[in-house]
This record gives sequence, C-alpha cells and structure tokens, in this order.
Amino acid sequence: MEYTISTLVENHAGVLARLAQLFSARGFNIVSLTVAETDDPTMSRMTIVVEGDEKVMEQVKKQLNKSIDVVKVYDLTGKNPLVRELCILKVKATPTHRSEIIEIVDIYHASIIDVSHQDVTIEATGETSKVLGIIKLLKPYGIKEIVRTGKVALARSLNI
Amino acid sequence: MKRTGSEILINGLIEEGTDTIFGIPGGSVIAIFDTLFDYSAKIKFYLMRHEQAAAHAADGYSRSTGRVGVCMATSGPGATNLVTGIATAYMDSIPMVAITGQVATKMIGNDAFQEVNTTGITYAVTKHNYLVKDVRDLPRVIKEAFYLAKTGRPGPVLIDIPSDISKAQTEFKKLPEKVNIRGYNPTYEGNIKQIQQAAKMIMEAKKPVIYAGGGVILSGADKELKSLVEKTGIPVTMTLLGLGGFPSLHPLSLEMLGMHGTKYANIAVSDSDLVISIGARFDDRVTGKLDEFAPHAKIIHIDIDPSSIGKSVDVDMPIVGDVKLVLKELLKYVSKCDIKEWVAYVKDIKKKYPLSYTKSEKVIKPQYVLEQLYDLTKGEAIICTEVGQHQMWAAQYYKYARTRQLLSSGGLGTMGYGFPAAIGAAVANPQATVVDIAGDGSIQMNIQELATVSNYQIPVKVVIMNNMYLGMVRQWQQLFFKKRYSFTCLGRHKDCSPICHGPGSHCPDMVPDFEQLAKAYNVKGYTIKNPKDVRGVLKEALAIKGPVIMDFRVDQEENVFPMVPAGQPINKMLEHSVT
Repeated sequence: MEYTISTLVENHAGVLARLAQLFSARGFNIVSLTVAETDDPTMSRMTIVVEGDEKVMEQVKKQLNKSIDVVKVYDLTGKNPLVRELCILKVKATPTHRSEIIEIVDIYHASIIDVSHQDVTIEATGETSKVLGIIKLLKPYGIKEIVRTGKVALARSLNI
Repeated sequence: MKRTGSEILINGLIEEGTDTIFGIPGGSVIAIFDTLFDYSAKIKFYLMRHEQAAAHAADGYSRSTGRVGVCMATSGPGATNLVTGIATAYMDSIPMVAITGQVATKMIGNDAFQEVNTTGITYAVTKHNYLVKDVRDLPRVIKEAFYLAKTGRPGPVLIDIPSDISKAQTEFKKLPEKVNIRGYNPTYEGNIKQIQQAAKMIMEAKKPVIYAGGGVILSGADKELKSLVEKTGIPVTMTLLGLGGFPSLHPLSLEMLGMHGTKYANIAVSDSDLVISIGARFDDRVTGKLDEFAPHAKIIHIDIDPSSIGKSVDVDMPIVGDVKLVLKELLKYVSKCDIKEWVAYVKDIKKKYPLSYTKSEKVIKPQYVLEQLYDLTKGEAIICTEVGQHQMWAAQYYKYARTRQLLSSGGLGTMGYGFPAAIGAAVANPQATVVDIAGDGSIQMNIQELATVSNYQIPVKVVIMNNMYLGMVRQWQQLFFKKRYSFTCLGRHKDCSPICHGPGSHCPDMVPDFEQLAKAYNVKGYTIKNPKDVRGVLKEALAIKGPVIMDFRVDQEENVFPMVPAGQPINKMLEHSVT
C-alpha cells in the first residue's frame, strides 16, 4: 500500500541527503519525494510517498521523528488530503492530430505551454489519477518527453 | 574578545567538562593541535596509533564513567578510520563527540588532498553530525553536539571542522547557555496511565520475568531496578550490555539470555507469561527465532527511543521514557507478586542447569582463566572484551556486581574494540584494575596500541585466550559446516595441507609470539601453557603497575555453550559439542 507523509524539516544543507540515507538504510521504498522551502525560510516541507505495510510505516514515522532535522511529521494516509501532482509532457503533434490533442487538453483542464511545428508541450496538474489519465490518452500520439513532480499534499482544514 | 575557531573549540570542550581527548593529529587539524598544546593542564591528550583505537578509547572512557568521550582525527583517512569506532558507539548508544578536520571550505568538493565527505559517510552511524562552514556557528554546534550526545537515547555526534574555520576569528566568551533544537524533544516521563496499566499486568502475572538491557546502565537505573526486583520478587535476566545493571550473583539473577545465555534464563523467558523489557531492544542475538520468542508472554517494553518499540516484537504495553524515571513511578504501583511457584521453578532450573565446562589439568580452559581472574580481582575489575568466543566466556564466567564494569561491543560486534576501550577506561579510572579479555584474532586488530600503553604506562592487563583460531567462526564451522575450518586458522602456513580439519602436532608455531611482541614494545609479556601456572601468572601480572600481556595457550577447540543456533528459538540450546 502507498502511504503519504508530509514533514517539516530544517532548511539547511545535507538534510535531504540525511533523510534519503535514512530511507535506504532501513530499506524503505520511496515512491516519490518532493521538497521545497516553506513561507518560513528556515524550514522546508517534504512530501514523501512510501510503499509498504503498516509495520514499515510505523518505523518510517518513528525514524523520521528521531531525526534531529525533522521538526514535524504528519501522516496523511487515509485522511483524504489535498493532493496535487504536476506533469509536463511533450507530445508529437502533426497537423492531422493537433486538434484532437487540444481537445484532450481542454477536457483535462490542462494547458499548452509551448508549441512547435512537430510537437506541443502540455502542463497538467491534479490528483495523480488525473495525471495518469491524460498520459494514457496522449500516449498513442507519441510522448517525446515527460516529467512528473510526484505528489505534494496538505491536510484539509475541515474534516467533513 | 576575538578568538580563533581552535580556541573556541578547546574552550568549549573544557566548558562541557572534557578532560581527556584521544586522537591523532594531521594536516587539517594542525591549528587545533597547536592550540591544544597550550591547554595541557586542562585537557590530557592521548596520542593513539590508529584513529579507530582513538574512537574506541573515547567509547571506553564513556562507558566506564557515563561522561561524554571525545576523540579527534584529521580529514580523509583520519575520519574514515574513526568510522568503525563511531559505528560501534552508535549501535550501543554511547555518548561520544568525534571531532574531525576537513579541507578548507573553498576546497570542499574539489577532491582535495585528504578530502572525504565525512558528514555524508557518517550519516548512518551518528546520532547527528555537523559540518561547520562559519566560525560563528561553532559555539552553538559544540553546545548542541554534547547535548545531543548525552540526552535522550545517547549516541555519537560528529563535528567536521574545515581547516580555515579553525583559524578564522570571531567574538567569543562562552558557549550559549541553552540549546534550542526544535526537532529534538525526547520523552523522559512515562505516560502515567500506561505505567499504571503495566503495574496491573505485573501484579496479575503468574510467571513474570524482567529482561534488562543497556538502557538500565545508560540511564543509571540500577538502584531502581534492584528496588523493583526486591519489591516484586520477579527474576531478572540481562542482555550482554545489561550485565552489571543487576548483580549477577543475586538469588533472583538469571544472568545473560540469548544465543550464549544461561539455560535457565532462556527457559525462564520461554516459559514466562510476562516479559518486562527495560532498556533493551529485542536484538536477534537475544530473541533467536522471533516468532517463538516468549510465546506465552505478554510484553511490557520500556524504552526512551520510540523507534525501538514494536520494531522487532509486538508489544502489549509500550512505555516511552527514561528507564530510571519510569521505574521510579512504576515502583509506586507494585508490591510483592504472588509468584512463589514460579520463583521456586526458576531457582530449581538455575540449580539444575548451571553454566559448566569440562575441567582439565592438561590444557588451559578459557573459562578457568576467567574464574581465576574473577577470584583474584574479587570481582571488582573493569572488564573490556574484544569480540568472539572469549567475549561470551567473559560474559558468562566473570560475575558483574555493578554498572559500567563490562565494556563490550554488543551491537556492532567490533573485533579490536577491547584493547583501546581498556585504555580509555584505565585513564578515566586510574584506581581501577582494567583487564582486556581478548582472542588472538581480535587483539591483532588494534595491536599497535601496545605503543600507547607503553609510552603512557597505562596499566591495562591484556588476557589473550589464544587458540590460534578465529574461534567463534571456527565453532560455527565445527557445528554447522562439517568441521571445514575455512580460513579461520591463524596459524595457517604455506606448507599446511589445503584441507585441514583441526589442530594437532603438525601445526606450525603461533605467529606472532605475543610475549616477544610485548617485549619489542617494552611491555611485560607472559606465555602460559600449563593450567597449573594460570593463577600464579595472573596474580603476578595483576600486581605489576604498568601494562601486561598474558598469552594463554588455551584448548584450541573449546566451544562456547550453551548455544542457540542462529534462527532457532532460544529454548533449543546446544549444550555440548556434537563431534
């Protein structure tokens, strides 16, 4: 099962290396990891998606908490968090297929951010299922290059 | 007043109570050593012969006193040589501060001479580490390093100081008064409801047993543990690192459990209905086959490190907190347990299955050497060990009465630990008799420290149980690999037959001759081949003021028993050789 963890960590050199090391040393499998500074420049937020079972997860959380550089650990798994992923795809777009591609982009509320004679570059944002959906639909046209951020997540303010 | 990084470091160390440093100088720490030269009245520096030994000596200093041990080395190979010693301390939660030099900040990442990524290499074996890139950070870093090393679950902390930082100047008077690390808040007080619940489980148990580990010693909870045992009447078994946490010869002591534990400890744990784990972490050498460890028992687990709880075994009652504080609280809610039958049973198996070995008048038995040593030192010596058979015999046959009396690498199992650790213990405890129990294999892993004990006249007594083998591995080969002694014979000569199944008259002489080697270092050495001479030599050696090496030529194929084969449940013990 996949688990989503959000952590606040100290924003200084070596923190990412230290935490990545922690994951490899304990044999935890990272699905995705994103990190960037928060509004407080001394702190970064890291969203980590981990594959494992409940026992592995418990150790992941404990080991993260044990690290001196980790300020706070939130387990968002099963709490219906706000999850987004960004994907940029460069798709082959010959004149015959171009309008079909634009239609798919519209349906997915994605946008075209670059264009050339041979291809279009598309930005798609949303939950992972949405990103996977647009990738699947565009694949037949020929995806030349793709980049995904992996998940970023925040807890919801209201638990309805 | 403006001070250099070196002056800040040395003054900071003094402020933190450091009186002893073990290490070796080098290019990137030369400025620090220059400063150290002026502080010899306040800090005693011991020049070791290898950085690994410096780290072990700082570890021995720490284990024998409870204070933070300090070691120092230069960048590159100096730092990498420290790593084994740091990892040893990390696995056994020993408070230590390691200081390494680093190439100048503008050279970092340049593959400069003697550059390695020291913080990168030591992430996995330190509680925390620092690379100091601004001299103004140094006072805070020193303060934090000592605080982290000794609080919570203790451990080694490394400070990497580039050479230009030790020369740079900044305003400095004192270290900061307080530390403020927002990601570090160890829990000391146990949850009161959980403690009350644990007390209830204890009072309801019919067959309880206490399983005490190194946490008892680190937390200084030996008195509380003794009160708990005496108040409730529950028998106690200890891990290797827990030995000394409760007197071995107490009527309710079951001594060590696990792979080479006593038969009675392993049976008692296997038959128990409640295991009260105090500052221990269910290591695989303790539990044997995990699924069958204490199969009928509920488990109470008291530990300061939440990540130790539930890691190996599922726990019925976790209590996160400092062992001493938790036991103090627990004592309020327990009274004499109604476990007469259980205690009678435990005392019965204790009588029925004592530790034993086949005595001999022809060949020296290592267990006999330890019994004699115990007797002659009145059980008061500080015992350090290397790793292997001799280590297990030292755990079994020397009886520990107090904490910080046995210094042994339990978690990492580092051969070469004992001799330098004994150096650290001896300089920290000048009145004590300090003995390193060694094997002929292990002692050679830090044998160069003979120069250190000789120069400083550090009165370490080294007892080598010389069987000309890497004995523990040979024992496994004998028991589980059809006696195929593959590369475990330390006497093996180019003229030996390719397949050898054991020692005999065909064997070449032992290399090295430890007595002669000691002589080369101006250290007193003995070679003992006859059981009749054991006591006399020990007595003579213990009376010598300086360092001594005793090379006991022991029964070459003596094995450590009982033994739980790896992966077996702990009540399935081998008790004698099956040759």
